[in-house]
Amino acid sequence: MSDTTFAPSYGPVAIPVRELLPWAIFGGLLLMLAIYFVGAEEGATSLIRGTAVHEFVHDGRHLLGFPCH
Amino acid sequence: MVGKLLLRGMLVGLVAGILAFAFARVYGEPQVDKAIAFEESQAQAAGEAPEPEMVSRSTQAGIGLATGVLVYGAALGGLFSLVFAYAYGRLGSLGPRGTSALIAVLGFLAVIVVPSLKYPANPPAVGNAETIGYRTELFFIMIVVSIAAMVAAVGLAQRLWKQLGAWNASIVAGLAFLVVFALVKAALPDINEVPENFSATVLWQFRVASLGIQLVLWTVVGLGFGAVAERVVAVRDQRGPARRYA
Repeated sequence: MSDTTFAPSYGPVAIPVRELLPWAIFGGLLLMLAIYFVGAEEGATSLIRGTAVHEFVHDGRHLLGFPCH
Repeated sequence: MVGKLLLRGMLVGLVAGILAFAFARVYGEPQVDKAIAFEESQAQAAGEAPEPEMVSRSTQAGIGLATGVLVYGAALGGLFSLVFAYAYGRLGSLGPRGTSALIAVLGFLAVIVVPSLKYPANPPAVGNAETIGYRTELFFIMIVVSIAAMVAAVGLAQRLWKQLGAWNASIVAGLAFLVVFALVKAALPDINEVPENFSATVLWQFRVASLGIQLVLWTVVGLGFGAVAERVVAVRDQRGPARRYA
């Protein structure tokens, strides 16, 4: 306990970049892939054949502001 | 620490997505239906056969819309938490709630409002299928440039902070952002593929609804994430969970 009692900090403490970077890279990529599937798959570019994904999320894509078709 | 923030961000984003879905059902779907009715009447007038329905309208407006908005909400919340994890403790003495709210305001401006002033959301029937690649490219370029300009503006504000004070430094940075936006808006090509006879009212209401959905998402994430992040960062800040932040 003594180590925390005698070393109080008075401001918000930043998270070191080294600790943040792996999360930012892997998490960031996966999350952007999710947005890609909602927003752009089977529109301008296509990873899966057909138009099923496009048709399924069609309304969301329009209403979230992505170019659709 | 970052993992905890990320998980919480995605959960807050999911809640934001549920609320945004409700908003989209009430304010967005009627406009989508009207636009599709226009599209069909145009096709009929041109003597074209009606397009086969691969996914029924009720699926698109129900589970399809919910899936799209919820996945988008969770992803937005997750990315938001990563930006927060970097910004927290690097924006002066701003606490978790203040940091979260500030990121939400600046993010909503940079990611949604500014790009949509150049390339606004379009309902079905608006947009030529042949230009989808071109339009998608420009849409994402606009977002990337806008985010870069916002990051640069925040950096500029921090640099001028000591000389000018917080208020004036923010005004100068805001003006710099506006100048960049004006230049980019002039440099990138305009797109207007609204068919003649398309209802101006439907177009306007669709775009307002679209902006409203984003406002719901960003508001809930900005306010909600600050509240849940407070407990996580309090551990590192050694302030104890009872400490209240700005």
